[in-house]
Amino acid sequence: MEMPKTLPLNGDDAAAFAMKQIDPDVVAAYPITPQTELMQSFSQFVADGEVQTELIVAESEHSALSACVGACAAGGRVMTATSSQGLAYMWEILYIAAGYRLPIVMNVINRTLSGPINIHCDHSDTMGARDSGWLQLYGENPQEAYDNTIQAVRIAEHKDLRLPVMCCMDGFITSHAVERVDLLDDSVVKDFVGEFAPTHPLLDIEHPVTYGPLDLYDYFFEHKMQEIDAMSHAERVVREVSSKYSKVAGRPYGLLEPYGMEDAETAIVVLSSTAGTTRVTAKEMRQAGRKVGMVKIRCFRPFPRDDLVKLLDGVKAVAVLDRSDGLGAYGAPVFNEVRNALYDHDRRPEVVNYVYGLGGRDIGQADIASVYADLADIASTGKVRQRVRYLGVRE
Amino acid sequence: MAVRQILLSTELPVVACCATGCLEVATTIYPFSAWEIPFIHNAFENSAATISGIETMYRALKKRGKIPADRRIGFIAFGGDGGTYDIGLQALSGALERGHTFTYVCYDNEAYMNTGIQRSSATPVGAHTTTSPCGELEPGKRGYKKNLTQIVVAHDIPYAAQSTPAYYMDLINKANKAIETEGPTFLNILAPCPRGWRADTTQWVELGKTAVETCLWPLYEVIEGKYVLNGVTQRIAEGKAEKRPLEEWLRMQGRFRHLFTEKNKPVIQSAQAKLDKDWERLKAMASL
Repeated sequence: MEMPKTLPLNGDDAAAFAMKQIDPDVVAAYPITPQTELMQSFSQFVADGEVQTELIVAESEHSALSACVGACAAGGRVMTATSSQGLAYMWEILYIAAGYRLPIVMNVINRTLSGPINIHCDHSDTMGARDSGWLQLYGENPQEAYDNTIQAVRIAEHKDLRLPVMCCMDGFITSHAVERVDLLDDSVVKDFVGEFAPTHPLLDIEHPVTYGPLDLYDYFFEHKMQEIDAMSHAERVVREVSSKYSKVAGRPYGLLEPYGMEDAETAIVVLSSTAGTTRVTAKEMRQAGRKVGMVKIRCFRPFPRDDLVKLLDGVKAVAVLDRSDGLGAYGAPVFNEVRNALYDHDRRPEVVNYVYGLGGRDIGQADIASVYADLADIASTGKVRQRVRYLGVRE
Repeated sequence: MAVRQILLSTELPVVACCATGCLEVATTIYPFSAWEIPFIHNAFENSAATISGIETMYRALKKRGKIPADRRIGFIAFGGDGGTYDIGLQALSGALERGHTFTYVCYDNEAYMNTGIQRSSATPVGAHTTTSPCGELEPGKRGYKKNLTQIVVAHDIPYAAQSTPAYYMDLINKANKAIETEGPTFLNILAPCPRGWRADTTQWVELGKTAVETCLWPLYEVIEGKYVLNGVTQRIAEGKAEKRPLEEWLRMQGRFRHLFTEKNKPVIQSAQAKLDKDWERLKAMASL
């Protein structure tokens, strides 16, 4: 049977399909809504022999990622997926995976962190891991979930990087919404990711290595600098791999995705599926003659400071939409990074923050339009009435 | 000591994983490593989960022809009682249930020794530890030692055993069996810690022997569900050797010193009663 070029897939299945084509050596995972469909799809591929992957159905996420660390250090390609509490349960191991320079690729289906418990989308889970040493790519829709998963493998394994990568997608909104996904041929994917080249594998018994020694204050800092140095190459690596993928797939990928920024006077900075809602709203407003724009952050870690500053140059007012909050901080995570990036810039715009969509609270075009209206007000008056606002909550 | 004996017991090349604890911090202080075999330390509670990943990658790479089909490698996960009885129990149970081919070695020194002698579920009743100290109100740890070997045996694995390094041939034989057996295997090793037990370092062999001769730490194996008593333990069961009173074990260690008062004597009595009950039960299992 000929390979389908296009399939109707939700985000979970799109990522699972990409994993199928990648055919990693080991996957260790534990179910959690809304990641479950992804692992169930993949488990069926394993059961039907469509992949050679050895699957560990772990007894918890902590053990799942621990097994991934063991498997990757042993010397092969390893992938997994989780959400929310699962990511939180893995938390200590995230830092170990990055510290040991293990190129694990994990899909994180964004779901809010308890409590109270809620299975719907916000970014509190992955935002909590933003300093862990993992790269973070946010996919707007099932197509991007598919494409990001494939690129992530090559990014993680790049010889100048060797750091783990999270591919994030919005829980339910993307993971469970069926859209048209254009697929690459199996051979094209295999070719793109290439063969896994292990560095210091545990299973090379002729050359024994010690992973994870006790590293006291006389050496730890220098070792941490090696990891920090690796992350300093991340922007270049993401750019390179994305560019190569764009040529192969015929779909453009970079660190940021601008819309209408050529002449925008006001702009919204946003991640993930809300970028779709924003783009549609911005398009309608532009057709009505309003000079509005949007910058979607696709690659949040590493944070693409220089490109962002360039795109926002000359803009009068910027609203950063955050789907999580930083309790006790002055504004939410993405707002902080955007405003910080602009601080040194001469022509920096007025930057405001909207925290929205917590626990899956819906955000629609009317909400986005109201943000653009606020921005227009700021641009014309030069006044900011409230720096940080909460969008879509009942007062 | 036990680790060296265990690694010597097999000719198979071995990959080791170790939980955070005395063993790992003592043997891998950067830039030194005492391990001449591939070794990984991940975190505190996940030695069994980590080894599951390594063992699975080995099978995955063999399947793809990246490791020769005839290359046999052994996989050993080490953990203290801290990283095994308590925080590591989940990972251990998961790995046993999934049936990975590996050996889990618990070196049980009856407390969280690495962080300063805090109580674990492996701490015997009445022992003074820094989080279950003896004081005006408390006689040391309340509650008996958890029987982890029995919990492991309930997973129906091919091989589980108790040993202690004072009986080095017993340990080496069991380690050899455990490592060479297909499927999950388990060794629970009483590892006397003179520092934590408040005894003289020169006493560590005597401590191990006394633990066995009082039947507090019987030497036994469970092979495909069949209980086998070993060495001294077997001779005691057959009446050919003396079962020594628990008090002789308690007197050797400063951590039990406070029990030898009128007020705390009942603790010793109940500990002896519990020991006797467990011993009868073990003998009954071995006679099946």
